[in-house]
Amino acid sequence: MALADTRTGSGDPPKVSLLYNPAVRRGVFQVLTLVVIVWVIWYAWHNAAQNLARANMTAGFGFLNSRAGFDIAQSLIAYTSDSTYMRALQVGLINTLVVAAAGIVTATIVGLLIGTGRLSHNWLIARLCTVYVEIFRNIPPLLVIFFWYLGVLALLPSIRSIFQHLEEDPDAVFFISNRGIYMPAPVFGEGFGLVVAAFALGVVAAIAFTLWANARQRATGKRPPVARINLALILLPPLAVFLASGRPLSFDYPVPGSFNMRGGMVVGPEFLALYLALSLYTASFIAEIVRAGIRGVPGGQTEASYALGLRPRQATRLVVLPQALRIIIPPLTSQYLNLIKNSSLAVAVGYADLVAVGGTILNQSGRSVEIIAIWMLIYVSISLVTSLFMNWFNAKMALVER
Amino acid sequence: MAKKIVTALVGAAVLGLGATAANADTLSDVKAKGFVQCGVNGSNLAGFGAQDSAGNWAGLDVDLCKAVAAAVFGDATKVKFTPLSAKDRFPALQSGEIDLLARNTTWSISRDSQLGFDFRAVNYYDGQGFMVKKELGVKSALELSGASVCVQSGTTTELNLADYFRSNNMDFKPVVFEAQDEADAAYNAGRCDAYTTDASGLYSIRLKMANPDDHMVLPEIISKEPLGPAVRQNDSRWLDIVSWAHYATVAAEEFGITQANVEEMKGSANPDIKRFLGEEADSTIGADLGLPKDWAVQIIKAVGNYGEIFERNVGQGSPLKIDRGLNGLWTKGGLQYAPPVR
Repeated sequence: MALADTRTGSGDPPKVSLLYNPAVRRGVFQVLTLVVIVWVIWYAWHNAAQNLARANMTAGFGFLNSRAGFDIAQSLIAYTSDSTYMRALQVGLINTLVVAAAGIVTATIVGLLIGTGRLSHNWLIARLCTVYVEIFRNIPPLLVIFFWYLGVLALLPSIRSIFQHLEEDPDAVFFISNRGIYMPAPVFGEGFGLVVAAFALGVVAAIAFTLWANARQRATGKRPPVARINLALILLPPLAVFLASGRPLSFDYPVPGSFNMRGGMVVGPEFLALYLALSLYTASFIAEIVRAGIRGVPGGQTEASYALGLRPRQATRLVVLPQALRIIIPPLTSQYLNLIKNSSLAVAVGYADLVAVGGTILNQSGRSVEIIAIWMLIYVSISLVTSLFMNWFNAKMALVER
Repeated sequence: MAKKIVTALVGAAVLGLGATAANADTLSDVKAKGFVQCGVNGSNLAGFGAQDSAGNWAGLDVDLCKAVAAAVFGDATKVKFTPLSAKDRFPALQSGEIDLLARNTTWSISRDSQLGFDFRAVNYYDGQGFMVKKELGVKSALELSGASVCVQSGTTTELNLADYFRSNNMDFKPVVFEAQDEADAAYNAGRCDAYTTDASGLYSIRLKMANPDDHMVLPEIISKEPLGPAVRQNDSRWLDIVSWAHYATVAAEEFGITQANVEEMKGSANPDIKRFLGEEADSTIGADLGLPKDWAVQIIKAVGNYGEIFERNVGQGSPLKIDRGLNGLWTKGGLQYAPPVR
């Protein structure tokens, strides 16, 4: 037989053309890819450098120390038009982080409620949740932002009508207007630090008590009333200190100024529109992820926990949810990252986020290359930190194989 | 080095991958491609850069673009418009995406030097003002302390606003939008007490409001805003052409040459007019600019003299009805002045 000549395992390797040698092929393609990547990078660098030189422009980040010259309405840190560009970028970064953090928390809570709601046995609740998901999931987030900004918040009472209302009812302290929500601002007096310290001590005590209660449950099978005692541990000490130190807390109430309310705290419509839109939009995706996660836990798990004598609530909390979380967390991370990146849509409604502030700096200073590099670096950093945290959380929740 | 590479990578995206676009000899590029690419206002600023319902561009800045095309090609239609926001305009010019920026852009020292542009001609002398609703009862900008002010981001306006309130010890709440249309909508919805931009812009935006008579422009002008065309630095031939496209319209008004009588004026006995219109036998003015001999005739035929351009776009022939004021000829108390054509 002709086939008898083919070598089987031992001896010299088969003599094949270089063209068909897998090792050579692999090498060639890798080298080609590398060459293409290096060429693209070189071309981009060369082109940018040439164009900058032609325009007589220098590259560098020294301009960040010059005076900004423009004002920013929403700032959580001290900022005036005399501050530097660097400071302005910090203001923008903080605003981005605030709206992203608030959005993530709200989106998670709303998503959890809607997601479990879709699985409800109550026909009306399940249908309402379905309608919510289908509406918000299928509208571009920019439109949702405009809907809130121009369709809802802009139609709230004007500041003039609030002034009129105050004449009729001088004791009012909480106002909703098309300039934002005004409310009393807390003013912390001397000694309020002690109240905070007492609160911190209470939290530490509550954690210690929970650990002790867990150990006791393992040893004796009996569980002390953890929730009630913890609540008392956390709330009572600061309350006692607060009263003992003469109530070191007052409020700064908003009062009518010349054009706007003066004093108090205000949450602007720009923030509200962005925050509501991002939360509700992302919540629709999170709801679906939660539903999929719960659905992904086999029904037998619930039945088995009932058979072991767990109550329905315990079965959900101790058996179903921990397993569902393993399915939920990885796609949830993507949604968090999407929300962070979508926060750059702030520019559409004039919320002073990183992109809006950076865009102004870009135009005032003409440093487009540097500003875009800063933008990319910061967004990548925020996203990577979020991913790292979620990966850690995922690993903690993952099935421990024994 | 790593920083440099990142910078460069991003730069490539910003400055456009077309390496040939930003050539130092814009005139040759323009002649080679057969049209002028002109950056204009993208938010329908009536009087300066706006499109009608049929998509035709009109305005003071648009006419400047047409004048340049008429000078180079003898055909004012050989121009393409790129609508730009305040924020996009400078990268668009830096990258070579456009040949010329005529977008009510203020000539300032930092834009002239640091941004790498050149300005020379001023086709509209403007100043920043405030518009308020009449029902507020405000009569002066100095009464605006504590007000919310709508403003477009990335403009000299934004900086002047901060400086003005600061120097008068007043505080204000800026409400900043990237696009002018969004700022208009927010002001209209009562988000702000006042709207600030160049006075010419205020008149134009006032016309867009649901009821223009409910709004008034306050008397204070808080800044100097010389608006003019910008080109890339180090291209003096192109700068010459763009500047003289404007000066030719001013000179024509000085000479009394109009769109209607330009052919007739060719036969004028006045040597200045003959030289200007390229009728002098051995004149090399056009050739020295890199243009045809009858470049000025073509400009005037296409868009008319400066007075005609002004009245048609922003003056009595337009809904804006702005007075010549600072933009009158220097002989009539204004600032429009053409260098001698000789």
